[in-house]
Amino acid sequence: MATDMKNKLTIRGLKLWYGDFEALHGIDLDILAGKVTAFIGPSGCGKSTFLRCLNRMNDRIAGCRVEGDVLLEGNDIYAPDVDVVQLRTHIGMVFQKPNPFPKSIYENIAYAPRIHGMVQDGPDMDELVETALRKASIWDEVKDKLQQPGTALSGGQQQRLCIARTIAVQPDVILMDEPCSALDPIATAKIEELMDELKQEYTIVIVTHNMQQAARASDYTAYFYLGDLIEYGETSQIFTAPSNQRTEDYITGRFG
Amino acid sequence: MPEHTLKRFEDELTSLKEKILAMGGLVEKAVRRSMKSVLQVDTSKAQKVIDRDRAINALEVEIDEMTRSMLALRQPAAGDLRLIIATIKIVTDLERSGDLAEGIAEAVLQSEENPLTHTSTIETLADLVIRQVKDALDAFARSDLDAALKCIERDKKVNKLYKAMQRENLTYMLEDPRQITAGLLASTIGKNLERIGDHAVNIAEMVIYMVKGHDVRHVDHKTAAAILSGELDED
Repeated sequence: MATDMKNKLTIRGLKLWYGDFEALHGIDLDILAGKVTAFIGPSGCGKSTFLRCLNRMNDRIAGCRVEGDVLLEGNDIYAPDVDVVQLRTHIGMVFQKPNPFPKSIYENIAYAPRIHGMVQDGPDMDELVETALRKASIWDEVKDKLQQPGTALSGGQQQRLCIARTIAVQPDVILMDEPCSALDPIATAKIEELMDELKQEYTIVIVTHNMQQAARASDYTAYFYLGDLIEYGETSQIFTAPSNQRTEDYITGRFG
Repeated sequence: MPEHTLKRFEDELTSLKEKILAMGGLVEKAVRRSMKSVLQVDTSKAQKVIDRDRAINALEVEIDEMTRSMLALRQPAAGDLRLIIATIKIVTDLERSGDLAEGIAEAVLQSEENPLTHTSTIETLADLVIRQVKDALDAFARSDLDAALKCIERDKKVNKLYKAMQRENLTYMLEDPRQITAGLLASTIGKNLERIGDHAVNIAEMVIYMVKGHDVRHVDHKTAAAILSGELDED
C-alpha cells in the first residue's frame, strides 16, 4: 500500500468477545483518510461488529469485551480518559434503518450541535442546519418544510437527513452500517453519490451486503470471514483480481 | 474452484468456454487445411476453408452476444470477469485468424496455375504457427500458463523465420522473373501465417490475464515470465 496516504484509523490486534465467544480474532487494518472503505463478507463474519468497535458501540453490550488498539489519528479511542459521547461526534454512525428523531427536520440537525454547545440558536444555527442539509444533498427537497417532522420524509430522504445529522457535528469519520438496504435503487444511487462527495471532507467506512455497492461506492474493500480479515486492498483490485481464493469465491458467488 | 451458487451462471460460463474452444478448433482446422491446399495445390480444400469461415464468423457473433448479456445480467467479478473480458478479446483474434486462413485459401485459388516453387521454409513456418495456435488454445482450455508462455516465446522464432523466408523469396524472384507469381503467393501466405502467430500470442497473453490477473502485453517474454513467477511487479 502506498505510504504517502494518511491513516485516519489504525487498528491493531483487535479482538472481541461476546461472553466466551471470540467474534473477532485480532484484526489489523488501516483506514485511509478521505477514502471510502467498504467491509464485505457473509452474515456473521464480524464486519458489523468490527464497524461498531470503531466508535465503541459495543461498549454497552453485556458480556462484550474488546482487546487491541483502535487509534484515531494516533489517539487510542479505548483509552480510559476518552469521553464516549465526545468520541461519537468525531466518529459518527448512520444505521441500516433511517432513524430520524421524532422532531422537526430542523431539530434533527440542530439537536446535537446544541447539546454539545457548538452553536447557539439563532442565525448561526440556521446556517449550520442549512450547511449540513446541503452537504447531505437534501436541502433543496426540505428547505420549504424545515418545521415538518423528519419522519414524514421518504425513506431515502430520511437516510440523507440522518447523514446530515451526523455531519452537523463535524465528524472526522462517518460509519455506515448497511445504509441503503431499506432504500430503492434511486435513493441508493443518491446515497452513493453523496458518499463520493463527502469523502472530500470525511473518511467513510461502510458495511454492505451488496457487493455491487461496495464495488461502485468504495475505494478500498476489506473482506471478512468468520471473524478474520481475509483480504484488504483497492476495490478495483479486489473485484478484478483478488489475491485470496476465499475472497474470489465470495465475490464471484461461489460461497457456501 | 467450487461451483457457482447460481447454477445457471455456472452453466453459462462453461458454455462460453466450450464455444471459444469450438471456435478455436475451427480456426486451427482452417489454418491446417489452408496450408494443405497450398502444399498439395488442392483447390477443393481451399474452397472448403472459404466456405467454413462462415461457421467461425457465426460463432464470433454468438459468443459476443453471450458475453454482452453476461456482463449486463450477471455483473461478474474477479475470475469470472477476467474470463469474460479475455473471451471478448480472444474471439476477435480467432475471427481474424480465420480470415487470414481464408486469405491463404483465396490466394491458392487465384494462383492455381502458378503454385509455390519453394515450399520447405514456408512449411516449417506453418508448422510453427500451427503449434502456436494449438498452444494458445490449450492454454485457454486448461488455464495452462506454461503453454501460454511457450506460445509467446515461439513467436520470436516465427518472426525470424518469416524474415528469412521473405529474403529467400526475394532472391528467387530476382534471380528468375518467372518465379515472381509464385514468389508473390509465397509472400502473401508467409505474411498471413506470421499474423496468425501474432493473434495466437494475443490469445496467450489474454489467457495469462485471465488466470493470473496480470497484463503481460507489450513486455518481453523474460519480463512476462518474471511477472508470473512473482519476482517482478507489473509496474
